[in-house]
Amino acid sequence: MSETSAETPWAFGAAPDPEDVLAGVDTRVPEGVDATGLAELCLALGDDALVLAHRLSEWCSNAPDLEDDIALANVALDLLGQARLLLARAAAADPGLVGRLVPGLPAGSPALPEDALAFFRDPDAWHCARFVEVENGDFAHTIARLAVFATVRLAAFQRLVEHPDPVLAAVAAKAVKELAYHRDHAGRWFLVLAQGTEESRRRLLEGLRALWPLHDELARAYDLDGARAEAEVVLDQLLAVSTVERPAVAPYDGPRHTDDLTRLLAEMQSVARAHPLGVW
Amino acid sequence: MTTTQELQELQEGFDAVVARGDRIEPRDWMPEGYRRTLVRQIAQHAHSEIIGMQPEGAWLTRAPSLRRKAILLAKVQDEAGHGLYLYSAAETLGVSRAELTRMLLDGRQKYSSIFSYPTLGYADVGTIGWLVDGAAICNQVPLCRTSYGPYGRAMVRVCKEESFHQRQGFELLLTMMSGTDEQQAMVQESVDRFWWPALMMFGPPDADSPNTARSMAWGIKRHTNDELRQRFVDMTVPQAEALGVTLPDPELRWNAERGHHDFGQPDWDELARVVSGGGPCSAERIAHRRRAHDDGAWVREAATAYAARQASGFETGLRPSSTTGTVVEEVAQQPSRNHGAEA
Ligand SMILES: [Fe+2]
Ligand SMILES: [Fe+2]
Repeated sequence: MSETSAETPWAFGAAPDPEDVLAGVDTRVPEGVDATGLAELCLALGDDALVLAHRLSEWCSNAPDLEDDIALANVALDLLGQARLLLARAAAADPGLVGRLVPGLPAGSPALPEDALAFFRDPDAWHCARFVEVENGDFAHTIARLAVFATVRLAAFQRLVEHPDPVLAAVAAKAVKELAYHRDHAGRWFLVLAQGTEESRRRLLEGLRALWPLHDELARAYDLDGARAEAEVVLDQLLAVSTVERPAVAPYDGPRHTDDLTRLLAEMQSVARAHPLGVW
Repeated sequence: MTTTQELQELQEGFDAVVARGDRIEPRDWMPEGYRRTLVRQIAQHAHSEIIGMQPEGAWLTRAPSLRRKAILLAKVQDEAGHGLYLYSAAETLGVSRAELTRMLLDGRQKYSSIFSYPTLGYADVGTIGWLVDGAAICNQVPLCRTSYGPYGRAMVRVCKEESFHQRQGFELLLTMMSGTDEQQAMVQESVDRFWWPALMMFGPPDADSPNTARSMAWGIKRHTNDELRQRFVDMTVPQAEALGVTLPDPELRWNAERGHHDFGQPDWDELARVVSGGGPCSAERIAHRRRAHDDGAWVREAATAYAARQASGFETGLRPSSTTGTVVEEVAQQPSRNHGAEA
């Protein structure tokens, strides 16, 4: 009975210190780049990724089929990876950021900057778009949201690859590949749902219509160097091939954040906040 | 028509392959009882992977650091992959995933008793990785050499990932044990709850396991329930010491004469209750799966309708041919997202 020992379960000893995702990276902000502006940009991009990753992770074990559980988890993992890098970049670029945005961080907290920002920041200090905040609807709502989000974000990240900050540029280069996959995956499903059955088409149109008032805010947030115009063209192509019209609904004009974000954060932060000095 | 003599020759050929320790492959002749036993065992294993996504999946939205969130999501995703892979292996025996899913939802097939227990705190994520994935490894490593080819090959990949899950679970507990007093107490409380159910994962004692002998003769099983349970206890005791937790068994002690640990018996009546659907979360687990299945029906219908319409045209790339067993090796090519799982 030697099979198990041959697997060498692990090395005993002290648990490794959780490392900052940017450990070993030169995080000095290049001359001529506004550090505060860079941090704000990274924070907003990171917050969007984290909040949508969280929403997608809610599908895990609830998706229509195993393949969809796996695919949505894949997308969520990509976005979570982007979020960690971007939040860490924001904190490193502007060393005062965590102190300003997370005044309630307990003294002696062992949390990494990315975790301080994710788990100890109150809702009003988040920079995400309402488009990613709202609760999951059905699968069609999720597909519509992901198709639009990935299209809009991809166009912006293709430009960020040229950003003067090499850290953000490197994060963008990695993210572009991921987002292209997300867009294609969601785009294929968008087409299938649009042309599958009457019910799937009805649900897709409903999901898109529910999200559309929040699209303008998202598109403006990602409008870097003409990215919006390009994203709109791609989106129109997807809508045309699926024979779906742009919903005729006015942009939403309400508070900066939704209740849905408050509830999401209350849940996400519950364990971390219950153990303010906990190590994980 | 197969004559009695032909049948006998087929049986002898089959027995010889099993005796040599070679693999039976999907196209080979096999006794009907062997096929049925395998379908039941592989399906039950696949169902366990899928139901097993729930207790830990419940903590995905509350993981206390972004690193833990990523580790947990990658793990639960791995389990979905294991399920997919095992359903594909079962399909090589002439049953479909849809049929097997139906049998799970109707209560005609079972899943591992351990997933009928609740997860009450984040420490449970670590304990499940350490003890439950650990017990699964003890059960499954010998299955890498099981006599049915597709099942054995599925197990090779599954075991690699399970052993990584176990290390991650242990690492979470070890980290928590280096934390606050409260965190340490959470770990101990969690281990207290999961220890006995983990021992039950190996099934009833050998004396009450009538099918074991036949499964061993067929080369499906390689060790008895009690042998595997003993191995698990022997493997786990030093790990518990390294963690600094106490295993909740007053009878647990090293027996130098046997060269093994002596340990107490789990409550076998409890196991019988849980296996027959009376576990604390049994109803909830199946209700969750049924709801997800029913809620997704319109999506699957849409995909089928779309594919039918496109059949003469182009492929969308959605929905690999889920009705055939040929996807087994294809699924195996998809890498785990668990960082270091290949290490
Ligand atoms: Fe598994
Ligand atoms: Fe596992």
